[in-house]
Amino acid sequence: MNGTAGSMPQTEGKMTRRTIPLSLIVGGVIVGLHLLAGLLTLFWTPYDPTAMVGGRLAGPSLAHWAGTDRLGRDLFTQILIGARIAIEVGSGAVAIGAAIGVTLGILAAFATRTLDDVFAAAFDILIAFPTLLVAMLIVAASQTASLFTAVLAIGIAGSAIIARLTRILAKRVLSMDYIVAARVAGSSWPSIVVVHVLPNIWPTLIVNLALQFGLAAMAESSLSYLGLGAPPPNASWGRLLQEAQGTVYTAPFGAIAPGIALVTLVIGVNLLADGLRAFADPTRRGRR
Amino acid sequence: MRRSAILLVSVLLASAVLFVLLRLLPGDPANALVSVGADAEQIEAARRQVGSNLPLLQQFLHFLANIAVFDFGVSFVSGAPVLGEIGGRLMVTLPLTLAAFAGSILIAVPIGILAAVRQRTWYGALISIVSQLGIAVPAFWIGILLVTLFAVNLQLFPSGGFPDDGWTAPAESIQALILPVLTITLVMSASLIRYVRSATEDILSSDYLRTARALGATLSGALVRHGIRNGAVPVISILGIELASTLLGAVVIERVFALPGLGSMLLLGIEQRDYPNVQGVLVVSTLLVLIVGFLADVLQRLVDPRLRERVTGGAS
Repeated sequence: MNGTAGSMPQTEGKMTRRTIPLSLIVGGVIVGLHLLAGLLTLFWTPYDPTAMVGGRLAGPSLAHWAGTDRLGRDLFTQILIGARIAIEVGSGAVAIGAAIGVTLGILAAFATRTLDDVFAAAFDILIAFPTLLVAMLIVAASQTASLFTAVLAIGIAGSAIIARLTRILAKRVLSMDYIVAARVAGSSWPSIVVVHVLPNIWPTLIVNLALQFGLAAMAESSLSYLGLGAPPPNASWGRLLQEAQGTVYTAPFGAIAPGIALVTLVIGVNLLADGLRAFADPTRRGRR
Repeated sequence: MRRSAILLVSVLLASAVLFVLLRLLPGDPANALVSVGADAEQIEAARRQVGSNLPLLQQFLHFLANIAVFDFGVSFVSGAPVLGEIGGRLMVTLPLTLAAFAGSILIAVPIGILAAVRQRTWYGALISIVSQLGIAVPAFWIGILLVTLFAVNLQLFPSGGFPDDGWTAPAESIQALILPVLTITLVMSASLIRYVRSATEDILSSDYLRTARALGATLSGALVRHGIRNGAVPVISILGIELASTLLGAVVIERVFALPGLGSMLLLGIEQRDYPNVQGVLVVSTLLVLIVGFLADVLQRLVDPRLRERVTGGAS
């Protein structure tokens, strides 16, 4: 497919094959740290997240690495718990989104032209409802904002994007000559999906799922910022930011630290995605 | 023609989805009209007034008929016509979104192309890093940071709010929108830059560009002559999605800056169970989004003749 990759000297090809992309390592370390922090809070936190352990709105100090909030609770503890919530929501939402999205996308790609049009229009409509809107409606419908409604809402909202992408990628594969060959040779549709379609689309798909994870984490914090996410005592980064916005005059650090935590997680996941793409897709390796 | 039919079907489908979603909301909409402790007779009267005593199919047809003539009823809470309220809110949301949209195109297209053409230079790498950073930052946090910097510390702009009398004093209105527009522009350009860059990268590695260069065209000449049309197709569809999602996704930014836009109307409507308002906002924004998608599609077909007729045969 790629002319430049084929014409490269063989030694160089071998060398690039052995190198693990830097972005994969850096992304892995960042995500790993967040994961560790999140897991840690299941067993231990520096302070009781609900206890008023310090002065109100204190700045960062040795005792309180990220300062305290307006009730004197330790912010670093809450940020650590926020990592767990972000990862829970991110992975849950991506799992739901992928299950729905990949299935629908492949169905659409195999469908007849009219049915495919209906699928495509349906995806467009679903994409037209942004994550937050769907989430707001689901939360309103269930009457209680919980971690689960957030996961479900973000997952469903993200599934349309995954479905649309899967449909486009799968259609591209299905128009290849070797699919015709496989059909002539008598392969069934399910085996074409497993043998040809999925292996060919997963490098692009996995990268997008990772990006979706980052978007899901951001959507969760936006929901929590609007007061529609996981209720207290779940210390979501979005809720921390919302609470800190009111006291930004006296304690600006509280409006900064949770944001940094969120941004590093998303960057980490994006780097991981980038690295995975470079690692999984040999045709792109030569270009970087 | 086919696209127009698809647009119509989409509107119908979307209305059905909306109708179902709205029925999912808890409680009878009639409850909002009666006071606590109303007797059965009063509730029944309210149900007749709202129409929630009719069979579902009939309710759906009413719903469609009302959409067709843009009759969204009156707000349960304020009693004001929903359409008028939406019109007023659009006067905030539309300028906010369109200004940010225009701003990000102006920023992202040249920078994205530059990043692809000069990807081996330090500023090419810098652009990539900054845009990578940009898509990882949630818009509302950028908003909070901008408020902290420009409204609290430097006191250059208001930290939020919008003049009550709308655009009668344009200077004040514009000033109220500068920080929100800046926030959305920053976020949108970061993701657009990446799409423009990767579209340009694809063009740079294409055979037709190499041929054009071999025939003596300069890089910029070949890019302008052959690249723009090819690169525009994927970018236009991204632009459509970005514009649509910003129209509705502005809700968080509106909350950060306390702007009376469409998004905050929806949020308030959900909180107050003000169904006519929720329904009106959802219908109008869905229509806007579908129209944007339709325009993006038409634009793509204008740019790329190959999209005008679908290749028959093959897998589809």
